[in-house]
Amino acid sequence: MNLPLSWLKDYMNTGGISNKEYADMLTMSGSIVEGIENPADEFKNVVVGKITKIEKHPDADKLVICQVDVGEDKDIQIVTGAPNVFEGAVVPVAKHKSLLPGGVKITKGKLRGVVSMGMMCSTDELGISKERATGILILPDDTPIGEDITKVLGLDESVAEFEITSNRPDCMSIIGLARESAATFSREFKIPEIKKTGNSEDANDYASVEITDPELCPRYIGRVVKNVKIGPSPKWMQHRLTACGLRAINNIVDITNYIMLEYGQPMHAYDLDNVEGKKIIVRDAYENEKLETLDDQPHELNPGMITIADEKRAIGVAGVMGGANSEVTDSTTNILFESANFHPALVRRGAKALGMRTDASALFEKGLDPNNCMDAINRACELIEEMGAGEVVGGCIDVYLKKKENTILDFEPEKINKFLGTDMSDDEMIGYLTRLEFKVESGKIIVPTFRGDVEAMADVAEEVARLYGYNNLPTTLMNSRVMAGGKTFKQKIESKIKTLLTSYGLYETMTYSFIDPKEFEQTRVTMGEAVKILNPLGEENSVMRKSMLSSILKTMRVNSNRRASEAKAFEIGTVYLPEKPVKDGYLPEEKQIVAIGMYGSDVDFFSIKGIVQGLLQGLGIKNFSFEVEKENQSYHPGRCAAVRLGSDLLGYIGQVHPEVLENVKVPQTVYSAELDLNTILAHATFDREYKELPKFPASSRDIAVVTDKALSVREIERIIDDNRTDFLESYKLFDVYEGEQVGDGKKSVAYSITFRAADRTLTDAEINKVMDKILAGLKDIGAELR
Amino acid sequence: MKEQLSSIKQSAEKALSGAIDLNEIENLRVKFLGKKGDLTSVMKGMGKLSNEERPIIGKLANEVRTFIECALDEKKDALLKKAKAAKLELETVDVGLPGKIPSTGKRHPMTTVIDDLNEIFIGMGFTIAEGPEVELDYYNFEALNLPPDHPARDTQDTFYINENTVLRTQTSPVQIRVMENQKPPVRIISPGRVYRSDAVDATHSPVFHQMEGLVVDEGITMADLKGTLEVFIKKLYGEDTKVRFRPHHFPFTEPSAEVDISCFNCGGEGCRICKGEGWIEILGCGMVHPKVLENCGIDPDKYSGFAFGIGLERVAMFRYGIDDLRLFYENDLGFLKQF
Repeated sequence: MNLPLSWLKDYMNTGGISNKEYADMLTMSGSIVEGIENPADEFKNVVVGKITKIEKHPDADKLVICQVDVGEDKDIQIVTGAPNVFEGAVVPVAKHKSLLPGGVKITKGKLRGVVSMGMMCSTDELGISKERATGILILPDDTPIGEDITKVLGLDESVAEFEITSNRPDCMSIIGLARESAATFSREFKIPEIKKTGNSEDANDYASVEITDPELCPRYIGRVVKNVKIGPSPKWMQHRLTACGLRAINNIVDITNYIMLEYGQPMHAYDLDNVEGKKIIVRDAYENEKLETLDDQPHELNPGMITIADEKRAIGVAGVMGGANSEVTDSTTNILFESANFHPALVRRGAKALGMRTDASALFEKGLDPNNCMDAINRACELIEEMGAGEVVGGCIDVYLKKKENTILDFEPEKINKFLGTDMSDDEMIGYLTRLEFKVESGKIIVPTFRGDVEAMADVAEEVARLYGYNNLPTTLMNSRVMAGGKTFKQKIESKIKTLLTSYGLYETMTYSFIDPKEFEQTRVTMGEAVKILNPLGEENSVMRKSMLSSILKTMRVNSNRRASEAKAFEIGTVYLPEKPVKDGYLPEEKQIVAIGMYGSDVDFFSIKGIVQGLLQGLGIKNFSFEVEKENQSYHPGRCAAVRLGSDLLGYIGQVHPEVLENVKVPQTVYSAELDLNTILAHATFDREYKELPKFPASSRDIAVVTDKALSVREIERIIDDNRTDFLESYKLFDVYEGEQVGDGKKSVAYSITFRAADRTLTDAEINKVMDKILAGLKDIGAELR
Repeated sequence: MKEQLSSIKQSAEKALSGAIDLNEIENLRVKFLGKKGDLTSVMKGMGKLSNEERPIIGKLANEVRTFIECALDEKKDALLKKAKAAKLELETVDVGLPGKIPSTGKRHPMTTVIDDLNEIFIGMGFTIAEGPEVELDYYNFEALNLPPDHPARDTQDTFYINENTVLRTQTSPVQIRVMENQKPPVRIISPGRVYRSDAVDATHSPVFHQMEGLVVDEGITMADLKGTLEVFIKKLYGEDTKVRFRPHHFPFTEPSAEVDISCFNCGGEGCRICKGEGWIEILGCGMVHPKVLENCGIDPDKYSGFAFGIGLERVAMFRYGIDDLRLFYENDLGFLKQF
């Protein structure tokens, strides 16, 4: 919302308040000033000119050469491609070395070989319209030649730009902002009295209004103006509209826009002669009702949209836009002004469904005050008379079916003080409330009807607090019960996982939770019932991931593309599995997965296995095992293991399937792990038990056995485990050899087995007894001592 | 004999002073003090001495022996020290050569920021609550006093899964879930991912992080809100940081405020980072709206509370001087290694 500071002066004395002070004070009382700017500061050397002569360009069909009088000794030559220029046209001219809004610099140049000493400007180039204009702005013939364009367009004044929050539609108006300004500076706020308007006739004799459902339209006021003279509105009005970002059109349209700015009440003007039966009917739309709106767009209305109709057809979408069939045109003679109040949510839904968010609908959908309608329409009629734009008919058609009453609240100063932590007197609070036009009488607060946002004590407390000043409120620490803060077990384990994995050289990463559905196929994960986004930003971000594999591979790809010789990364990410019932609805199951991905010269199956082993051990988990896994389609069938904690499946580790890597365009061999966090949580523990440090020496025996190549070392270890005694402390594989010395299809596996007793030094005899059993067991599975 | 002894002493002294290694010392020990050594030879002549002379010469001989022994030991120590020093000298390294840095990974900068904030609030007695990212409309909007058709819904471009389910646009739904299950006192923070359908650029991401905070108990005041956030902000940005509360509007709090801090770059003078304002907006907060308490079955006449929400990417960007939000989700290790 833009507020030209000169307009503010109509309602309050702004003497002695600097722009900066104004912006700061209003911001601190709750109306955020984003900046105060003078649009003229963006202009330099842009003046009014008159085209004296137009010639064809010798070398370009679409260009013409204009001689332009800019109030200097000699005309200047400007080449243009604009279609709407003509001899005698008065236009804005950006001269050589001029400046236009947006930092655009204009200098002389040549267009197809012909010198051009500047540029004639369109509305968008002048920054007074956001839409791309099709031609040069043509100014009235009597505009003084050579005059600075900012003076002519009324751009030379300070305009405050406000960010108004959605709860304060009353501040979406000059009057509303003036009221806040006066309250903030504790100055008198005064709305000039509106003169009584109209002839001795009665508008009710010219037209009638019917509202089918007061819910749709609590109030509708119509007033009639006869014998209108359509023409431009006066300069002062055009300038104010421009300063607020609106374009002047004609006196009638400009008045409705002016009132919308001034009162925050959208208005509309109908060509009364095109209203069939001279009757306005506010009703729900019929099925597939056709209407062409003012912007010449055809629309189809449907039930749920509030329609303004006459006896035969729709003539407007209430609160959104009028219809072309009843539009005010140059030949209009009688008009009906509409100042009405419509159901906010229905306006909002209608505007959304039609894809037309207008200034009017943006106001209506926030909930306006029906008690504002009368002043607005009377002020419009006052302007008609002032401008001599027509003959106002006396009286008005006021259908007010659902009266908006004042909200009455208890005045509870002690509750407010307790809530804010303050110690204000009753009078101080009453003072603040009165400035904002609240009335406090015999223990009750009468809330003005334009403040629909104030419904309870907390709202009143906010009004008091913001005028008292948020920064004047005391700062205290909670005088509440002492509470033990901290992390949950899950949060501690997550943190521990990050500590362990980073200590192993992995970097923590973060990826988007949504992916391209193609990625399921690429990573050979069945998509099945994936959670899809109805309105994604694009196909590539349209489905919630079900697996972390494609995310971790994306990280690999980014680093591979950037020629990183190695990449080691992990992410604790969420995957989203199909919906399951929860209280009040259905939600996907969200599971967190610890995903690891790595490539590099020192990376192989055993490095990822080692990391997972280290991780699990670090989390106090002992009962893990790795099993051959050939079914997981995302991994190399010969280099994948399922990881189990006891009988629970924790996840998978292995070399990513070469086809998957090809699909996702990662040339390196990537090893990956996907581990379910919940399963980790079920087994992890921070409990550690101290074991007495050994007092007696250990003895170790090394053995090397030759077996079939296919035999898993797990089988050998099973034999050792089976023959474990309380003094077999540990064993460790230290060599695997395949080659000539052991023969085809064979391998040699070497273990070092360590024995130690807690209470004595072991004898050879004791150790040999166990070793013999182990060797016998190994022999049984075909593992011969080498 | 006297002369002999003193000449032994002298020659020993002389020999020792020229000795350069440990072998020589050993040889000298044998030469002077050994069984066949000079001193022993002289001592063998003791028998021939008179009774008067014997004790005198004996004493003298012992003195010479002690002297030589000490001199030998001294020289040996000196040589040993020298040899050790020479060895150390040989082992000299160029301390300018690169060190061997253990290869570890690093936490994501967002994690570091979240950890820091968690720690501050845990110190104030907060616990960390979590909630789903795919959330029911009810929790994300309705229970937070944002009924359907509320215009403020427009300011949060929402990703929908279906009519009733959204990707949460804020961490505030966690408030509701906590209050539904836990009666006051409540004191939680809830960091996590949130989603808005913003096209990706340097300052917008459809996925980002927020931290929600909520306190509910009897007698909680707006002054408490200010005090708590001031403690938090000063811990995060330093004791000298100035804090300012500006009125604002959020549907789920009343009164509501936005909080600015004095620019940590220029200290309030106005610079590029604070866009000349001297202040930087860092969070939104307010007193929990009575309707929100009611929606969770908490009596607003008995209890009051405050809530706040802070965008975490901004905190990280300011802290590390990062100017492009996309870097957080790109996972270039060249970026991640810097933190």
